[in-house]
Amino acid sequence: MRVSKHLHILLLTLLSILFALPLYWMLVMSVTPNALLKLNSTALWPQAFTIENFLGVFRAGLMMRWFLNSIIVTAAATLLTLLFHAMAGYAFTKMRFWGRRFLFSFSIAGLMVPKEALFIPLFLLFSEFSAHNTYLALYLPRVAAPLGVFIMVQFFRGIPDSISEAAEIDGASEYRTFFQIILPVSLPAMTSLGIFTFVLTWNDYLWPLVSATRKEMFTLTTGLASMQGNFAQATELGSLMARGVIASLPLLILFLIFQKNLIRGISISSGGK
Amino acid sequence: MKSRSSVVPVIVFIAPFMTIYLVFQIYPLVQAVISSLFSWDLLTSGRQFIGIENYIRMFSDSIFWHSFKNSLLFVIYSTPLLVILGLFLAMLLNHSSRFISLFRTVLFAPYVLSVSVTTLIWGFMYNPQKGLLGVFFQFLGLEPVYWLTDPSLAMSAIIYATVWWTVGFNLVLFLAGLQDIDRSLYEAAMLDGAKGFQRFFYITVPSLSRTFMLVTVLQVIASFQIFGQVYILTRGGPGGTTRVLIQYIYETGFRDYQLGYASTMAVFLFVVMFIISFLQFTIFSGEKT
Repeated sequence: MRVSKHLHILLLTLLSILFALPLYWMLVMSVTPNALLKLNSTALWPQAFTIENFLGVFRAGLMMRWFLNSIIVTAAATLLTLLFHAMAGYAFTKMRFWGRRFLFSFSIAGLMVPKEALFIPLFLLFSEFSAHNTYLALYLPRVAAPLGVFIMVQFFRGIPDSISEAAEIDGASEYRTFFQIILPVSLPAMTSLGIFTFVLTWNDYLWPLVSATRKEMFTLTTGLASMQGNFAQATELGSLMARGVIASLPLLILFLIFQKNLIRGISISSGGK
Repeated sequence: MKSRSSVVPVIVFIAPFMTIYLVFQIYPLVQAVISSLFSWDLLTSGRQFIGIENYIRMFSDSIFWHSFKNSLLFVIYSTPLLVILGLFLAMLLNHSSRFISLFRTVLFAPYVLSVSVTTLIWGFMYNPQKGLLGVFFQFLGLEPVYWLTDPSLAMSAIIYATVWWTVGFNLVLFLAGLQDIDRSLYEAAMLDGAKGFQRFFYITVPSLSRTFMLVTVLQVIASFQIFGQVYILTRGGPGGTTRVLIQYIYETGFRDYQLGYASTMAVFLFVVMFIISFLQFTIFSGEKT
């Protein structure tokens, strides 16, 4: 029993090192001078230490602009998803009206529509209004995916009807009941949904690639992709890896803080729980 | 039973989502079907109704079939790897020990990276001269391997990078499934003298069957949408060996500007995915455990 326990921990340790190694390697290269990396890029310890690669990001190029774009687009998509999807989810579970079941099924049916099948018509739609290369074009289609409604409905079903009914008997309007009573108790579910939406939007690739064609409107994800694949990159490996670190840091930090919420979000969204 | 809600709040609560949903999800879907019946060339004539000609063209387009085949190959090879490894890692993590949460964090972390960070790292990992894998192969005394430029290896290379990147998602779902299994079942089996592999086959496997189906279907759906890794790492090369369906749709639409034909293939993609997603829904709504 003891031997198998040690073996078990050893196996996990080895696997964890293997999984962390590529990330760690990126970090090592990001603090190594470019000139040294030209000679040897496979050291597992920085042969010399520099923060020049990171400083370079602030001095030149569009990286900071892309960072800002990603923040704006992701924040807008996340906040709108949280608000609109919680409201719709609340109506579908706690309000009584004609056509409720149909509208709910109709909304959830959208879960079966992959966004990868929609980028051509979406492109045409935004072209008609000359709305490409705007923040609006980048975040609005994200808010249309009904995943959040599904998650919020799952959650609201667990809240007893008596809570909102009691509030109404006390004379509270539907709005007050929702914003002052329901939303505060929904915080765990909304954190999970929020963090999940944040990760997905931040990492979105195909739609920003299609819609934002001006370099100034790239997101971090498409911007970083645009810097790869040409041979010039190999001469400034350290600078490139520093950009990789900057692009992944916000999500890694967020993940460390909200790990439990993200994991719960994944479980709920897949219908697993 | 509660009485009917008044109309105005209902509209206020539903309208914001419903408007966005109709305009950016349902309308584009209808629009895709309509444009698939048109010849719609951005460079020349504009749009012209041609009926099902695009569909006839698609079914006789060898590049379309080739790209579809590559997407399918990616699904067929990546799904078992991602599902089995996800289950294996989840089982390793399903123990109480001091470091378990640290291990879970590390194994799941790559999932939060964007596709372009993943390709940035793996593009160099696979580099025969500059990458860690190259050095490792050299250390073993093996010939350098040209992962991304060798037609017989490029797709495998993309699959391995994807496994590293996304296996954490399946791990999390399996871990949740494992933790739902009643502990007392294992205790009773131990008292009855059941061996480790017996407990696995008679308790873990049956209790996990629904999660297993769910993860598999979700993985097939996710794998079928393969695009970014390929487009950034190989651009579909070498010699079209990694060109996948979404890349072909993208290039038809935005390199060749044939939006009608691109829509036709998008409709095809949608139909395939719809059938798979429908399976997922039947699993959910079927037996409730």
